[in-house]
Amino acid sequence: MAALYEGFTLCGLVSGQNFPETCVQGVERGNDTDHVLVTDSGRSVTVYKVSDQKPLGSWTVKQGQTLTCPAVRNNQTGEYVVVTDNKVIRVWKDEDINFDKVFKATVSAEIVRVHAVCDSEPVVLFSRGAVRLLDSLLAAPQQPIEDVVSEEEVIRWSSSIVDGKQLVVLFSTEQKGNHFLYLQRFSPNSIQKYKLETEGTADHPISFSASVKDSNINLLYLYSNGCVYQSMVQRHRALGEALQSLPRSLLLSLPVGEGHLASAALLSLDEAHVAVVGVPHPSAGAGKDYLCIWNTNFQTLQAGKEMTGRIFGQLWGYAGKLYVPHGKSLTVIPYEVQRSSLATALGKLKQSGTEGAPVLSWSSLLHGDVAQPQRAVRGVETRKSKISRKSQATSVLTVDQVLERITTAPEEEVQREVEMYLATAAPPGLQLTVGRVASQLVARSQSEPTFYPHSALVQLVHTHCLCHSVCPDLLMVALERKDYFLTQLCLQHFPDIPEAVTCACLKAFISVPDGELEEVSVELDSVAFMESLVSGSSREEGLRNGFSPVPQEEDSCDARIAASGPEKAPGWQTCEPTCPVGLKKGALLNEILQTAYSENFLLPHLKDLTAQQVILFLQYLNFLYLKCSQDDSSQKSGLRSPTITQIMDWVGLLLDAHFTVLVMVPEAKELLSHLHKFVKSQVKLFSELGKIQGSLQELHKVKPSEDVGQYSIEVIELF
Amino acid sequence: MGEFKVHRVRFFDYMPTGIRCMAFNSKTERLALARQDGTVEIFNFSDNYFQEKVIPGNDTRSIETVCWVGERLFTAGLNGEITEYDLVNLRPKYSMDAFGGPIWTLACNAQGTRIAVGCEDGSVKVFEVLEEKINFEKNLDRQKGRVVSLSWHSSGTQIAAGMLDMIRIFDVQSGRAVQRMLVDRGTTATHRRECVVWSVVFLSDRTVVSGDSAGKVQVWDGSMGILVKTHLVSKWDILCLSVSQDETSLVAGTSEGTVVQFQFISATLGEGDKEWVRTRTFKHHTHDVRAVLELQRSIVSGGLDTQLVVRPLLDKVDVKSYDTALRKIHFPHRSLVSCAEQAGLLLFQFPAHLELWRLGESDSHGCPGDRLPVKRKPEKLLQLKRKGEEHISCSALSRCGGWLAYSSVSSVRLFRLDCHSNHLSIVKISRLPKVLSSAHQLCFSADSSKLFAASSHATVHVISLSQSECKYVHTFKPVSGCTESVHLLAPSADGAWLATANRACEIHVYNLHKLKPHCTVPVYGSCPSAMAIHPTTNNLLMVHADHQIFEFSIAERRYTDWSRKLQREGLHPLWIGRDTPITQVNFNPHKPTHFLLQDMYMFCVIDQSLPLPDRTTQFYNQLTLRSLSEEERQSRTHAFKICKKFQPLLSMHTLEDGALVMVERPLLDITTQLPAPVRQKKFAT
Repeated sequence: MAALYEGFTLCGLVSGQNFPETCVQGVERGNDTDHVLVTDSGRSVTVYKVSDQKPLGSWTVKQGQTLTCPAVRNNQTGEYVVVTDNKVIRVWKDEDINFDKVFKATVSAEIVRVHAVCDSEPVVLFSRGAVRLLDSLLAAPQQPIEDVVSEEEVIRWSSSIVDGKQLVVLFSTEQKGNHFLYLQRFSPNSIQKYKLETEGTADHPISFSASVKDSNINLLYLYSNGCVYQSMVQRHRALGEALQSLPRSLLLSLPVGEGHLASAALLSLDEAHVAVVGVPHPSAGAGKDYLCIWNTNFQTLQAGKEMTGRIFGQLWGYAGKLYVPHGKSLTVIPYEVQRSSLATALGKLKQSGTEGAPVLSWSSLLHGDVAQPQRAVRGVETRKSKISRKSQATSVLTVDQVLERITTAPEEEVQREVEMYLATAAPPGLQLTVGRVASQLVARSQSEPTFYPHSALVQLVHTHCLCHSVCPDLLMVALERKDYFLTQLCLQHFPDIPEAVTCACLKAFISVPDGELEEVSVELDSVAFMESLVSGSSREEGLRNGFSPVPQEEDSCDARIAASGPEKAPGWQTCEPTCPVGLKKGALLNEILQTAYSENFLLPHLKDLTAQQVILFLQYLNFLYLKCSQDDSSQKSGLRSPTITQIMDWVGLLLDAHFTVLVMVPEAKELLSHLHKFVKSQVKLFSELGKIQGSLQELHKVKPSEDVGQYSIEVIELF
Repeated sequence: MGEFKVHRVRFFDYMPTGIRCMAFNSKTERLALARQDGTVEIFNFSDNYFQEKVIPGNDTRSIETVCWVGERLFTAGLNGEITEYDLVNLRPKYSMDAFGGPIWTLACNAQGTRIAVGCEDGSVKVFEVLEEKINFEKNLDRQKGRVVSLSWHSSGTQIAAGMLDMIRIFDVQSGRAVQRMLVDRGTTATHRRECVVWSVVFLSDRTVVSGDSAGKVQVWDGSMGILVKTHLVSKWDILCLSVSQDETSLVAGTSEGTVVQFQFISATLGEGDKEWVRTRTFKHHTHDVRAVLELQRSIVSGGLDTQLVVRPLLDKVDVKSYDTALRKIHFPHRSLVSCAEQAGLLLFQFPAHLELWRLGESDSHGCPGDRLPVKRKPEKLLQLKRKGEEHISCSALSRCGGWLAYSSVSSVRLFRLDCHSNHLSIVKISRLPKVLSSAHQLCFSADSSKLFAASSHATVHVISLSQSECKYVHTFKPVSGCTESVHLLAPSADGAWLATANRACEIHVYNLHKLKPHCTVPVYGSCPSAMAIHPTTNNLLMVHADHQIFEFSIAERRYTDWSRKLQREGLHPLWIGRDTPITQVNFNPHKPTHFLLQDMYMFCVIDQSLPLPDRTTQFYNQLTLRSLSEEERQSRTHAFKICKKFQPLLSMHTLEDGALVMVERPLLDITTQLPAPVRQKKFAT
């Protein structure tokens, strides 16, 4: 899974005279993940604080001088490095105000780029292909620079990465339609040269992205025909061999629409995901103004976002944010990429119907504030959250220490320990440790009836690193302890709940009295679409199509089921649907409806439900279905509400499992006949719609009558 | 066979006016039809419903009623005058004021001796019909309220008169009203408005049938003055009635556009008394049916939707033939379009003005089926309003586009046009020869040096034209002594011959060099509807109203071999059975064996070098030929190449470069200009 969040504009762009085709020369990492260094196409370098969307400092060269490469930050010294007028290297610090008075050094050959890699010295790439470390170059600026590439070869792209502990500079060149890739390694210095294959003259690589994978350099490159190739460059290869083609494998074939890609860019996000900008969205016509995330393992589109205005074929990504210059602005788009699973790939995952982001509830994690809508705080971390995180990071414990404490310490202390641990733990190992912590907590609460660290568990679930298989007992414990909030969370976040457990949850939810749920806090997003329920009778908008929701006391809902006398017998058409369960119960049931399941495994467990439970659940599903089909407009995308298909699947499953029983139960008779009537009318409606569709389709075939107009000159032929 | 570049012209806004009244002369089988603009048209029903004569209208004349008295034609209208027409020279003979205000109706007795008119002032005036004139005889008792309809009893002693809210029967001898029958105003909704008896029919058994504005057809006993039967036919008005000659069938036209038939039959077959029973309803009109005629074998109706409909009554019984086909006559059977083939100009004739257009141009070439990009759009160069009240009867444009002439009933006007690039100058030739007082047909010679004007008594005047003056040259008179007016003129391209056709079906050929009659083509029984002289062979090609085609060699004074062959082998039945007459003959300037014919629904290229189709060949074979290979085509092809792509056609012309000009007038365009009908057909009603 991958998602793109709502983006924001970092800065406006002005098109420069020197680089009319690109408006930003580069966006480079600043002194931490929240700072970036933006070099515009003209004369200035600006440091931005991304989360504040605020420039912290800006430096501009004199009129007549130009910046010829993006500025970078030397992380070792905290200095910025930029090249002006191809040959002059300037080095300055944050404190320097006058840009003209900073350190300058003129070198003897033209520089293409300066690259800075996390923990090593910046390297300077010359336009003839020579590479120097910055320090050694500045020590002797006028040193002779050798030619690596021939006169006609032009460097198209370059990058530097750290492979293991070795710094590698990669650059691609073009010479008369042929494309080559060079790898320059340091200590010991070596250079490798490969030829990049092209099918036709028209197809050429237009964007590269390099990453390190299993101590090999993994290079992804996008061709103008939309193909994304992957090449693994071996680290050790003897020099002096004949020029080889770079072995490659086709990873993705992107839809190109008409013509070729001109300005598109690709960025590898992780092993399985690439972000592509400037390629058409497969389901949105030929417009190329999209930023898309593709899964390369399954060749599926994971997320897409339309970018208005011209796309420049530039894309940078730092710390979970993509930087896309488009139109007249540089937009920052936070993204999230989750490890892809088989369940997601098969699409049998909750929220499959709604295209949106997986739910993160930062607010509930940090403030325990459930009611706050999630969308507002999604994506970018707030400053507040960081402050609170920092303040907690006073004493750092290791996992083992935490685990040890869990077994013995009192509940409050355990809660605090876990919270602190989570606030400080680093993401890479989190998945393992969180599982261990959770298992430990669950084990203790199983053995110790009084021990139940609710908030700690909630926080653990919110890390997104937990799943059912990591801690199988968590859900059952939560259910035993009647912690419906946690159960709901688990149902939301676990992609791998076994059908038996789902069924157990369902059973528990149905049989819990509504009164008991009064006290429990439950996330009500999934029932938000049933406006009449949420807002009670205070629905102020005008009635739609004569629809008037009957205000219903939650408790009286159950009464209606019992009193299904003849006076309440009118069909679903005339009778305004009333919710047979309480609001919170509904929310929990909706969570069940949205879990992933496979029918074969679910059916036997469904048979465990009693007839009364089945009837109640069916009534609720019936009600939901009516609501969904009536208020389709109020089903906003992104809200966690069950889709009509999910509801219908469940109705079908329930009826399959219990039909013989239901037929015998007198109370179910009315419900069954309602369902029957309703389905029948729906079938009829759909068949009518089908006919209309068919007849409308026929209209396409009808040739429009020729509009002759007042005058035309035609050619006819007689035989 | 060949490709043609076609100028598809739809900017001629030809708009016929609604039909007001009709009268049928069963002896001569002529239908007289008056339109709302005062035009009178005469159709010859024995000659394929050919529109034989058109008497142009006049703004001061409005016609409410038309009546044949023997072979004489009378009309009367709201200007209060009775007019008799000169059917030879196609103009009013005289008009006479009846001094009773606007005249609503006019009826002639069966003997043809007296005419009665119903006036606005409530009087019925009887006129005696004398030779060459009519004389006022007497006024019948004057009533209150206008007299809207009249009908003579076959004995000639009584007249039934339809008025407002009542019908009266007058004794002609005494002038007294002998019966007074009150007509019910109908439903409460229409109760306040008086009921107009739009039409009465006085049958010989003294039954009176009336049609009124309340939508009723009522049968009265005229001798007792009592109502026998009421048929509520329509929510709207019954506007006209017509009874068959044997008085067994009666039709009524309504405002809804329907025609309802009643028949005098017994309710059960062979038993009991006969009564008037409503039998059939026909709907061929969208608007008021203002005139209807029951002609024993067909019903003829016309109304505000401008079309004349002939509905045969035996269509389901008889084998399908020319006579059993439903016929709708939309367009006049003569050309209202003149074309300057050299200059690419079109002249459109309207009753009140002329329009001169220049065709567009396209410099590209295309494959068959293509529509070429129009480089220069067609342009309206001139709109020429006529002078006076008389409608334009004919017009002509010279081949070079330098001369324009038009004529009304009493005057001819000639103009010199000078069209240089975008500048057009028009000069009226002021001093025309005295003989040129009116023309039935005008035509310029191919070199534009002469104007031919078909004038009264079948004469044709020849006028020579030059920049400085126009001079009378000669008058041709037919040797036969026939006086029927000439309606077709065909000069030869070399300027040596002039062929004329008159309404007596005679075709004369004159020698223009010697200014003498050359010969007369043997008279054929059907009126020529179009003719032309071949530009290279000087053969005269004639097409008649019954679709027969003749080719006559002028030099040899005999029918050509091709024409004889055609007559011997006969025309294809589908050709003979075509609905509308050929109104234009043209030649292909590049292919001397080709000539082109056009009627309302098709145009046809006839290749004289190809075999003629016999009865068994597929006649309309263009689609079949298109799908065949070149060799197979050769074996299947025949002389008639019919193209129905362009319709309805008003006119067709061949330009000098071989391009065709098709002047189309979609019927929908005419319909959309009509006022809204009283009753719109609603879905499922």
